[in-house]
Amino acid sequence: MKLNRRAIFGGITAGTLALGLAACGGGNDDNEGGSGDLASGEINASGASFPDAFYAAAIGAYAEVNPDLIVSYNPTGSGTGKSEFGERLNDFAGTDSLVKDDDGVEAGSFQYIPTVAAPITVSYNVPGLEGLQIDQETLAGIFQGDISNWNDDAIAATNDGATLPDLDITLAVRSDGSGTTTNFSKFLEEATDTWTLGSGDTIEWPGNSVAGEKNTGVAQIIQDTEGSIGYVDLADASEVGLVTAAVENADGAFVAPSLEGATAALDGAELADDLSYNPLNAAGAESYPITAPTYLLIRTEYEDAAVAAGVKEFVTYLLTDGQALAAENNFAALPTGLQEQALDALNSTIAD
Amino acid sequence: MTATATPESPAEVDLGGEARARQADRGFRALVTLAGLTVLLVLGLILVTTSVRGWPAFVHEGPLGFVFGTRWAPNDDVFGTFPLLYGTLVTSLIAMVIAVPVSIGIALFITEVAHRSTRKYIVTVIDLLATVPSVVFGLVGVLVVVPAITPAYQWFADLVAPVPGLNAVFDETNTGRNYITASLVLAIMAIPIITSIAREVFATVPETDKQAAYALGATRWEMVKGAILPHSFGGLVGASMLGLGRAMGETIAVALVIGGSVSMSANLFEPGNTMAALIAQQWGESSGLHTDALIAIGVELFAITVIINFLARLVVRRAEIKMKGAHS
Repeated sequence: MKLNRRAIFGGITAGTLALGLAACGGGNDDNEGGSGDLASGEINASGASFPDAFYAAAIGAYAEVNPDLIVSYNPTGSGTGKSEFGERLNDFAGTDSLVKDDDGVEAGSFQYIPTVAAPITVSYNVPGLEGLQIDQETLAGIFQGDISNWNDDAIAATNDGATLPDLDITLAVRSDGSGTTTNFSKFLEEATDTWTLGSGDTIEWPGNSVAGEKNTGVAQIIQDTEGSIGYVDLADASEVGLVTAAVENADGAFVAPSLEGATAALDGAELADDLSYNPLNAAGAESYPITAPTYLLIRTEYEDAAVAAGVKEFVTYLLTDGQALAAENNFAALPTGLQEQALDALNSTIAD
Repeated sequence: MTATATPESPAEVDLGGEARARQADRGFRALVTLAGLTVLLVLGLILVTTSVRGWPAFVHEGPLGFVFGTRWAPNDDVFGTFPLLYGTLVTSLIAMVIAVPVSIGIALFITEVAHRSTRKYIVTVIDLLATVPSVVFGLVGVLVVVPAITPAYQWFADLVAPVPGLNAVFDETNTGRNYITASLVLAIMAIPIITSIAREVFATVPETDKQAAYALGATRWEMVKGAILPHSFGGLVGASMLGLGRAMGETIAVALVIGGSVSMSANLFEPGNTMAALIAQQWGESSGLHTDALIAIGVELFAITVIINFLARLVVRRAEIKMKGAHS
């Protein structure tokens, strides 16, 4: 019995080894044959979930350009992405917010690389009401609970001729901490003098709010709650077919959310030396005022040269050919000027 | 076996065997003690590490401020968890009010009423319900139950509007994401657990007790009331406690259906939040003191579970003393 069993085991082991060797052989052949000086190996990234749809599409497309470099991006949220970056658990991180003192990331250990931007829509569900126009003060009033009914005079003032029903307003907000919340509240804080709830990734919303998980959860709430209004990124709002409002921008024009409006906002935004920029309430008549930026954090020093090469190669792709994938995933591509600066920063941070 | 012992006399062979058995016994004892200690060790380590990481939040708010503060505002560094404690207790309590009678009913049906041939199918189905992942319950809750039940809530709120007291608890609503929906989902999740333990408990009631009740002319209900339930009281409390533990700690299903608003309302049709759900919702984007506060909520939840279990044990002991007193 025992002998027999051993023999079987031996056979299996030998077979596995043979298979393994064959696989290795195949891999080596591939490397020598095709890839030339492209990087290979694995790079891991984690962070913001907001741009995940774009990153996932870019990673998928990149696998066809260079199948030997395996990139993975885990949409854990900006906060987790940053702390993992600080602990060196990922090779680069995605974040919607800038690095703060208590994020666990050492100053000088990273470089911001802007990748794409996206408009955050103000979506609502009021039967029969379309083309709603909201000025900035009114938006702040609605989201801090001062305006609690759709027939409020402040809403009527910018919507001549629209029939506003006597319907309670329900706010649809995020239950999870979110860069989308940060950007939306930051917009209200910067654009108005009346906003009292401050800004951050979690806000103490007034009592008439219902919170959902991620953008999809908020979109779901708006869809099934009459009288609701909430902030959702453009991708999820258009996926579900939500009705969106035109929001007053810095020039006083009412602009509906669109990728063109977001790109216009990027053009109008001022760029800081570290490549961070603030496209919220940017100047320009075409600019959509609630446009959120998102960044990658790359290390100024990589321990492993192969990883550094991989990161550089993938991020370069993301900033060049990859930008073409932005629009179909409802993200706004970088304007040419910003794109060039991002590439320069990448090249000077990771030297060849 | 006996070949290794010196075969001088039968007595010594036996002794040798006994020594061996004793050794094996000791080994077994050490092994299971180790297993038991592992549980304690893991639990202790969890408690220590979470307390250490959550400590800054306790210090920042003061233990009382942390537990009884009503404002949760991470961007202002204010961390009061009372609304979460309220949400956890309210949803678990309502879930228990629904789940315990239903579970006892199912268990009685299985043990006393159902035919032997159908019994095993019912048991299989109930056990299957226990294996459904909680996220599935949550998704069904948010995608199916919430849109369908909102009009029912509105109808009920209108119905009780003239009744003082009731109209405060079931007030106007325009959302199905609220305490009640969360409680319903929790109840459905707790039912299989409570049912299967209640079934085991009922099975331990001596057949002679039941026959004695019948012999005295008891109907089936009188037999259940007089023989089964008194005998099973302790076990049923234990079963309910396990269900309650599941309800209080349930995270993702609640996070999906409760509406995620950190506020307290007597109106059960309003959105709220629970401790476990908030940790899961806010973990990803948290940093610094906010993260510490989320871990501290975990410690608080742990403490409350321990207190409730302790109280339950007290209830069982009281009841058993009372019952024994009545018997003598």
